[in-house]
Amino acid sequence: MASDVRAGEAGWHVEVANLLVTARGASGVSTPIVRDLSFGIARGEVLALIGESGSGKTTAGLSLLGYARPGCHIAGGRVRVGTTDVLALSRSELADFRGAKVSYVAQSAAAAFNPAQRLLSQVVEPALIHGLMSRRAAEAKARELFHALALPDPERIGDRYPHQVSGGQLQRVMAAMALIVDPELIVLDEPSTALDVTTQVEVLRAFKRVVRDLRTTALYISHDLAVVAQVADRIVVMYGGEAKEMGTTGTILEDAQHPYTRSLLAAAAPPGVPEAAADPAPPLLDVADLTAGYGGKGRAFIPVLHGISFAIAPGRVLGVIGESGCGKSTLARVVAGLLPQTSGQVLLDGKVLPARVEERTREQLRAVQIVFQSADTALNPARRVGPILARPLRFYHGMRGAAAHRRVGELLDMVRLPATLADRFPEELSGGQKQRVNLARALAAEPRLLLCDEVTSALDTVVGAAVLELLAELRRELGLAMMFISHDLSTVRAICDDIMILYAGQRVEFGSRAALRQLPRHPYTDLLLSSVPQLRQGWLDNLGAMHLREATGEPTLEDGARPCAFVRRCALRIEGVCDRATPPLRYLSKGGTILCHHTEAELSLEEVEDVAGPAQGASAVPDLE
Amino acid sequence: MSDEPIRGRRRAPLSPVALAAGAVVVACFALAVFGPALALHGEGAIVSRHIFAPMSAAFPLGTDYLGRDMLSRVLYGARFTIGVALPAALLASGAGTMLGMLAAVRGRTLDAALSRTMDTLISLPTLIFSLVVVAALGSSITVLVLTAAVIYTPGSYRIARSIAVDLSATDFVKAARARGEGGLAIMLGEILPNMVMPVLTDFGLRFVFIVLLLSSLSFLGLGIQPPYSDWGGMVRENIEGLSAGAPAVIVPAVAIAILTISVNLLIDNLPGRGSPRRGE
Amino acid sequence: MAEAIAAGGERRRRIGAPPPLAALIARRIAISLLLLLAVSVLVFAGTEMLPGDVAQMILGQGATPQALAGLRAALHLNEPAWLRYLHWLWGLLHGNAGHSLVNGMSVATLVGRRLINSLRLALFTTVVTVPLALLVGITAAIWRGTTYDRVVNMLTIATVSVPEFLFATLAVLIFAVRLRWLPALSLVMRGASFLELLRAYALPVATLSLAIFAQMARMTRAALVNILSSSYVEMAALKGVRPIRLVLRHALPNALGPVANAVALSLSFLLGGVVIVETVFSYPGLAKLMVDAVSTRDMPLVQACAMIFCTAYLLLVLVADVIALLANPRLRHR
Repeated sequence: MASDVRAGEAGWHVEVANLLVTARGASGVSTPIVRDLSFGIARGEVLALIGESGSGKTTAGLSLLGYARPGCHIAGGRVRVGTTDVLALSRSELADFRGAKVSYVAQSAAAAFNPAQRLLSQVVEPALIHGLMSRRAAEAKARELFHALALPDPERIGDRYPHQVSGGQLQRVMAAMALIVDPELIVLDEPSTALDVTTQVEVLRAFKRVVRDLRTTALYISHDLAVVAQVADRIVVMYGGEAKEMGTTGTILEDAQHPYTRSLLAAAAPPGVPEAAADPAPPLLDVADLTAGYGGKGRAFIPVLHGISFAIAPGRVLGVIGESGCGKSTLARVVAGLLPQTSGQVLLDGKVLPARVEERTREQLRAVQIVFQSADTALNPARRVGPILARPLRFYHGMRGAAAHRRVGELLDMVRLPATLADRFPEELSGGQKQRVNLARALAAEPRLLLCDEVTSALDTVVGAAVLELLAELRRELGLAMMFISHDLSTVRAICDDIMILYAGQRVEFGSRAALRQLPRHPYTDLLLSSVPQLRQGWLDNLGAMHLREATGEPTLEDGARPCAFVRRCALRIEGVCDRATPPLRYLSKGGTILCHHTEAELSLEEVEDVAGPAQGASAVPDLE
Repeated sequence: MSDEPIRGRRRAPLSPVALAAGAVVVACFALAVFGPALALHGEGAIVSRHIFAPMSAAFPLGTDYLGRDMLSRVLYGARFTIGVALPAALLASGAGTMLGMLAAVRGRTLDAALSRTMDTLISLPTLIFSLVVVAALGSSITVLVLTAAVIYTPGSYRIARSIAVDLSATDFVKAARARGEGGLAIMLGEILPNMVMPVLTDFGLRFVFIVLLLSSLSFLGLGIQPPYSDWGGMVRENIEGLSAGAPAVIVPAVAIAILTISVNLLIDNLPGRGSPRRGE
Repeated sequence: MAEAIAAGGERRRRIGAPPPLAALIARRIAISLLLLLAVSVLVFAGTEMLPGDVAQMILGQGATPQALAGLRAALHLNEPAWLRYLHWLWGLLHGNAGHSLVNGMSVATLVGRRLINSLRLALFTTVVTVPLALLVGITAAIWRGTTYDRVVNMLTIATVSVPEFLFATLAVLIFAVRLRWLPALSLVMRGASFLELLRAYALPVATLSLAIFAQMARMTRAALVNILSSSYVEMAALKGVRPIRLVLRHALPNALGPVANAVALSLSFLLGGVVIVETVFSYPGLAKLMVDAVSTRDMPLVQACAMIFCTAYLLLVLVADVIALLANPRLRHR
C-alpha cells in the first residue's frame, strides 16, 4: 500500500508531535493537561503510556482518536496515524476515522457497553457502520475473535447482554470489538486495572496473544509498571501532562534516568520490614470461629465470612489478602463493631468484645481504631482538619481548648504534615495528605490495634509507598498492632509479620510471612501468588500453565453438600471429595495452616511436579522478601 | 513529589443571574415587611370613583373593582402571599429534613413507618387534598399554613432521607460510628453540615410550590378570606375586569410570577447545587 | 479456567439477583391498591371532621325531630365512624357514592357527564403536549450547553414557576378580549361543528398544556442528558457512530424508560391545572364540580370527586413506575 511507504518515510506508523490539550476550569481559565507531548509508534509495536491519575495519559490516548472529553480541547500539535492527519479531520471525517482506523478499549467494560443491546450487535457495529463487511461476515469474525481471546462459549456469548457476563470476559469482548475492524492502531486504556489479580492475568494473556498474532500496533495506557513490563516494547513515562522519560521497556526497568521514573520503580517494589519476633505474650486480639454476613431480618441473609479464627499479638501486624468480595473488608467491620457477627467471638485482652459498637465501653472503642480505604470519603468534607482531629481527642480523652489544639499539631507532626494544615478543608488536601489525616484521626485515640482497610489502594503508587513507609515507622515508634487488609501482595509484604489468605469468606491459609514463602501452599494461595505481575520482562511469557492452573469444567455440586469454597477453580480438586465435604484444617510442617482435603505430602508432590515443568529456572512466584 | 495539594477551596462566585434573582427575592421579602408602610392608601380605602381604571400617574397600577388603589393593595397583599407561605415552607422543609435524617440514621422500624406515611401523603394530588381539607375545616390562616406544610413535608422528607442515607453510608459516618458516637452527634455533627446546600435548595422549592398552591386556593375563593386579600385573591376579586382589560387582574398575578420565578432562578443558578460531595 | 470466571460471574449474580419482573410489577400494583385504600381513609376522615349536624344542614332549621332522626338513620349517622366508612367504601365500589346534600341528586349521575368532559380535556391536552415536550426536551439534551438549551432552561423554569391562572387570564385577555379570536368561555353546544369545537377548546387546552409542557420537557431533558453523558455513549462515539445514530440507536432505547416515566409523572400535574382551567373557562368538568361542591360543603360530592382524582393520580404514578421497571434491561433479560 502506498500509505505504508509514506508512513515508513517518517519512520513511525503513528506519530504524536507537540500535543497540547487544555481543560477549561470552573473559573473559565484554560489550563494545559497535556503539554508538548511527542512520541512515535512503529508498525506492530506496543507502546505504553505510564503515569498516575491526572498525569494526562488517558487524555493523550483519546487524542489519537481526535477526541477530547467534554470541557477539554485539543489546542495544538500534530497527531498522525498511518497517512491520516487526525487533528485536521472534519467532524464527518472523524466519524469515518474513529473505530475504523483507530479503536479504543476502555477501562470499565461494564460501563462502556450499552446495557440494552446484545454483545454481538455491539461488537460488529464498528465493522458495519464503516461499511467494512457484511453483517454475516462480521459476526463470523467476531466469533473467531471470541475464540482467540479464550472466551467461554464463543459461539453464543454474543447473544448475551452485558450484565450477564463477568468483568474479565467483558473486557475481552471489548477487545474483540476493537479488533474486528483490523485497526491501524488500538488504544488500550487501563484495560485490566479494574480486575482481580487472578482475572487480570487471564485478560493480559489473551490480549498479548491476540495483539502479537495480529501484529496490531497498540498504545497501552496503565499506571502499573509490572503490567506494562509484560506487554510493552517501549515505555513513555508521563507526569503532570508531560513525558518525563522514554525508552525501551528494558532500559526503563534497568536503567531509568529520570528521578520520577526511579521513584515509580522503587514504589513498585517496597522494601520488606524485618519480621517482628514471635511474641509469647497473650494475644491482643483473639478471633474465634467468626461468621458474619449481610441481610437477614426479612431479607435474605447473605453470608460473607465463615468460621474465621486468628489472633494478633501486641505489636504484630497481620496481613489479610484476598480478591474483591472475599470478605476482607467485612472482617474489619466486624472487629470494629460496625457489623455484628452472627456467631463466634472476638476477644480483646482476653475479654469478650461486644458485637455491637453501642455495647462496647469507651476504653474498648479507643483501643481498636479503623482506617478506611478512601480518604476522599473518610473525612467529612464539611469540616476542617483541626476539628476532624479534635473530635476523637475530646471524645476519648476529654481534651479541649489549647490542649486539644496542641495535640492536633502533634498528631499532624506524627504523620509528617505541617501544623498549618489544620485550617484546611479536606478538599484542599492532596490524596496522600488526606490519607495521612485519616491516619492521624485514628492515632488521636491512642489505639493499640489499628485496622487498616486497603489504606494505600486508592493512592498513586509513589504516594502509597510513602504512606506505607509511614505506617511501618509508626508501628516501630508506637508499638501498634495492626490488621492490614489489602488485595495487593507487595504492600502486605512490606509491613506484615503474619499473613491470612481469604477466599470466599474462608481462611484458606494462615501463617507467618516466612512460612508463606515455602511450599507447599494451598492451591488458591499458589494461584494468587503466581498471578501478581512482576517487575521484569518476560514474566508473563514464562509463566507456565501449572502455576496459573485453574480447573476446567464444572464440578457437579449436589444440593445440601458443603463443598470446599475453592472447588470450582481448584486444579487439584478430588472428584467426590472436594465437591462434597468441607475441607479439614491442616497444620503444615513449615508452620501455619491450610484448609484443604489434600495432605501435606500430596500437595508437596503436586508442586514438585510443577517446578520440574517448563517454568524451570525463572521462579514464577514472587519472593515474599 | 507526585502529591501536590490543591490550593484554595473552590468557591465559584455567584453568577449574574443568581445575583439578579437574589436581589428580586430580597426586594419581595422587604415588601412583605415594609409594604404597608410604603403604601400611599389604606388597604380597604376606596380612593377613586373609577373602577378598573387603567394605569395612571395617580394610580400607577390602576384601581380595582371597588375603586381602590392597586399599588397599595399589592403592597399590602405581599404580607399574606409571603407571610403565609414562609412559615408553611419552614415547617415543611424543617420537619421533612429532620424526619428524613432521623429515618436514615435510626434505621429500619422508624424508617419504614415514616416512609410509608409519607408515601401515603404524597399520593394525594396537592390541590385536591387542600380542597378536601378546606371543605371540612374552612380556610383560616392556621388551617392554610398547616395544610400546606403537611402537603409538602413528604417531598422534603424524601430528598433529605435519600441524601442522609447516602451520607450515612460514607466512610466518615462509619468512622464516627466506629468511634462510638451516638445517633444525635452523628446527625448534627457529621450529616447535617453536608446537607446545608440541598436543604436550602429544597426549602426554596417548597416555598415556590406553597406560594403557587395558596395563590391557586385564593384564586378559587377558598384561600385567604376577605377582608384580607393575598395576590391570588386579588386576581379573583378583579376577574370581572378581565373583559375590560384592567391591570387589576393581571398585576397581582404578575407579582406572584416575579416572586416565584426569581426564587427558582436563584436556586437553579446557585454554585455547587446539590450536596457538596457531588461536585467531584 | 475461563469457565471458572463465568462461574464466578454467575455466583455473583445469584446473590444479587432481583426478583422476577412480574413479581416486581405485581408488588408495585399491590402497593398502589394499598395506597388507594389509605387515601380513601384520609379523604373520608378529612370530610368527616366537618363540625355540625349533617342532617340539620340538609333539612334546615325548621325540620321536625322525626324527620331528622329518620334522615340520620338513612345516612347511618348514628353508627360509629368506621362503620360509616365501610358503608361508604362499599357503596363506592358499587358505583353508589350517595346523594348530593345540596340538590339530592345521585352523586354518580352528577359526576358521570362531568368526568367525561374532564377526560376529554385531559386527552386533548396530552395529545398536544407530549410530542411538543418530547421534541423540546430531546433537542435541548442533544444540544446541551448551547444557547438554545439555556433559553429553553430559562423559559421552562419561568413556566413551571408561574401560577396557571396567570396563563389563563393572560390568554383570555389577549385572544378573547383584545384580539377577539376565541371565546372566553368554553361552552360547547350539542351539534357544534369541528371548527367551533376547536375554538372552544383552544384556550383551555393551551393553558393546561403550558403548565405541564415545561415540566415534561425539563424531565425529559434530564433523563436523556443522564444517558448521553454515560460511558457507553462516549464509547459509541469513539467507535465512529454518527450523532443521529448515536441518539436513535444508543441513547434513546435506554432513555425510553426514564422519558416515559417523566411523561407519566408530568401528566399527574394535569390534576392541579385542570382545577384552575375549568374554573376560569367555566368548563363543565369534574374539577369545576368539585370546587363548587367545596364552596357549598357538599361532602358526598367532594368525597367522590377527591377519590376519582386520587385514583387518576395514583394510576399515572403507577404507570410511570411500571414503565421504569419494564425499561430496565437487567430485569428484562435475566
